[in-house]
Amino acid sequence: MTQTAPTPPLAAQTATAAEPVIQMKNVSKWYGQFQVLHEVSLDVAKGERVVVCGPSGSGKSTLIRCINRLEVHQSGDIFVNGLEMTDNVKNIDKIRRNIGMVFQNFNLFPHLTVLENLTLGPMLTRQMKKSAAEELAMHFLRKVRIPEQAQKYPLQLSGGQQQRVAIARSLCMEPEIMLFDEPTSALDPEMIKEVLDTMIELAESGMTMIVVTHEMGFARTVADQVVFMAEGRKIEAAPPEEFFGNPREERTRAFLDQILKH
Amino acid sequence: MTDATPGRAAKPPARRLKDLIYSEFFRTVIYQIALAGAVVLLGFYLYQNVVENLSRQNIATGFGFLKEVSQFEIGETLISYSSRDTYGRALLVGLMNTLSVSAAGIVVATVIGFSIGIMRVSSNWLLQRIALTYVEIVRNIPVILQVIFWAAVIRNLPAPRQALELWGLGFLSNRGLTFLLPVADPAHAWMLAALGIGIVAALIAARLARRHREATGRYIDMLWPSVGLILGLPLLTWLAFGAPHELSFPERQGFNFRGGATISPEFVALMAGIALYSSGFIAEIVRAGIQATPRGQVEAARSIALRPRFILRYVVLPQALRVIVPPLTSQYVSLIKNSSIAVVIGYPDLVNIGNTVMNQTGQAVEAIAVMMVVYLIVSLVTSIAMNFYNRLVAIKER
Repeated sequence: MTQTAPTPPLAAQTATAAEPVIQMKNVSKWYGQFQVLHEVSLDVAKGERVVVCGPSGSGKSTLIRCINRLEVHQSGDIFVNGLEMTDNVKNIDKIRRNIGMVFQNFNLFPHLTVLENLTLGPMLTRQMKKSAAEELAMHFLRKVRIPEQAQKYPLQLSGGQQQRVAIARSLCMEPEIMLFDEPTSALDPEMIKEVLDTMIELAESGMTMIVVTHEMGFARTVADQVVFMAEGRKIEAAPPEEFFGNPREERTRAFLDQILKH
Repeated sequence: MTDATPGRAAKPPARRLKDLIYSEFFRTVIYQIALAGAVVLLGFYLYQNVVENLSRQNIATGFGFLKEVSQFEIGETLISYSSRDTYGRALLVGLMNTLSVSAAGIVVATVIGFSIGIMRVSSNWLLQRIALTYVEIVRNIPVILQVIFWAAVIRNLPAPRQALELWGLGFLSNRGLTFLLPVADPAHAWMLAALGIGIVAALIAARLARRHREATGRYIDMLWPSVGLILGLPLLTWLAFGAPHELSFPERQGFNFRGGATISPEFVALMAGIALYSSGFIAEIVRAGIQATPRGQVEAARSIALRPRFILRYVVLPQALRVIVPPLTSQYVSLIKNSSIAVVIGYPDLVNIGNTVMNQTGQAVEAIAVMMVVYLIVSLVTSIAMNFYNRLVAIKER
């Protein structure tokens, strides 16, 4: 692989550093015979907000799950903060500590209270004192505006509240990068807004974010770069004005026509 | 229901009767009263019938026979017993034997079941296949055949004179498993006490370690310190008593062994049969429990960089146990009941002795009633204990 410094994407107006924190080069992955990712390359600069969209089955979730090795890529290179993603457990651990992830189905631990969900990582991974971990947890619960739910169990909360707890749980690891895997797809319409609001606030605080979503409004207002994927290929990547206003590819136009019709 | 419409309110009596007949509450009550009445009548009829028939055949009724002398010996007893003791005490001996073989069976079945269950979900192809084969064999052969099989295996072991030597520690023969035992010594009672103290100390230490972790964030692995406490304290006690190390070695003498301790062939065969049979089911229960924990839980734990053993300990196991415990309770209860198969290989359990009592006294109804009530109590106590544990691990949803 040639180590030419990739030119920062057009979104450089908000990116504070030229060196990308995430570099993916020609990443490919197969499930058995089926190829889910075809040589996908993607660079994300520090502080950049990337929205990945595309029809279901296009490999967008798989792509971001490769970044914290919930999925293992089979060829190509992934660097996070200069660390190469291999099967080296030490590196995987370092990379995961730096990346928060929010899932479509929240994946909160149902047997633990909200507070315990939030303090588990800080206490066991970051070796924080319980008191400090709880203070940190309450800080982020206030950030997502549900400090009063700290002693409840996840299943006692609404979907929107659960997703905000999940965001707070990730933030308690104080990561530099946040991955969102369709964070609003499992929510009732009236709860989507509260989660998106939380994400917008996070974006405004300068967090590096990669968001897989169908929320085109969110992409338009928040993204520095919108990536369109189809059938495991990165079809197009552009700043939102260009992506929505003047898409280059036929596939992108067809997708946007369908999704923006209503 | 309210009489809002004036037209209907015009005929109040009919309305009230209809209300009553169609009332859900009224119907529920009536059905229950009718059912309870039927059950009482049936029970009374059966009782009447039994009493009449027994008195016509001049068979005594009542539980007085429990105080009569049994006049039969029992091969294997945990409490003192001779043929001069009462039927009641004979049944108690049987109950103790049932409980001891069941307790040993539950421990063995649980250990093997959990190991095989975890192997079943292993990523190692060979382990997984071995576990699958094991499960399919032990759970698909009737338990009674398995018990007879193990009894036959032990019966076909060599006689004491040609017994298999187990590394100088004991013998395996058709007389059962004979093994060396330390000669009784006052130190043993103290060592047992030390073991108890060691376990309590290990539990306290584990709690202190957790407090320490919560206070400072530093994790202390308590596995080896706990093992040290639990084994070390009895060892120290043993040393403090001057390390009494006289052992009673079993020796071949005549047609049998002298010295050491022996577990009877019947006990080994019955225990092996019911424990291995249950272990197959327990393995499947454990597998189901682990697989019932959604993948997303492990992924979420990974995404906050938890170490694999923390993921197992704090995320997967607490959730798997919630699925495992209720069916595991049924397995324990069914293992206890399966121990009544003892009768086919002559192990003196409750049913075996109950049969003898029944044959000698002719009081079949009472003897069977005693056995049924005892099994019911033992099973219910097991269920209650497991349900209590289940409530501890259950998840709150509202």
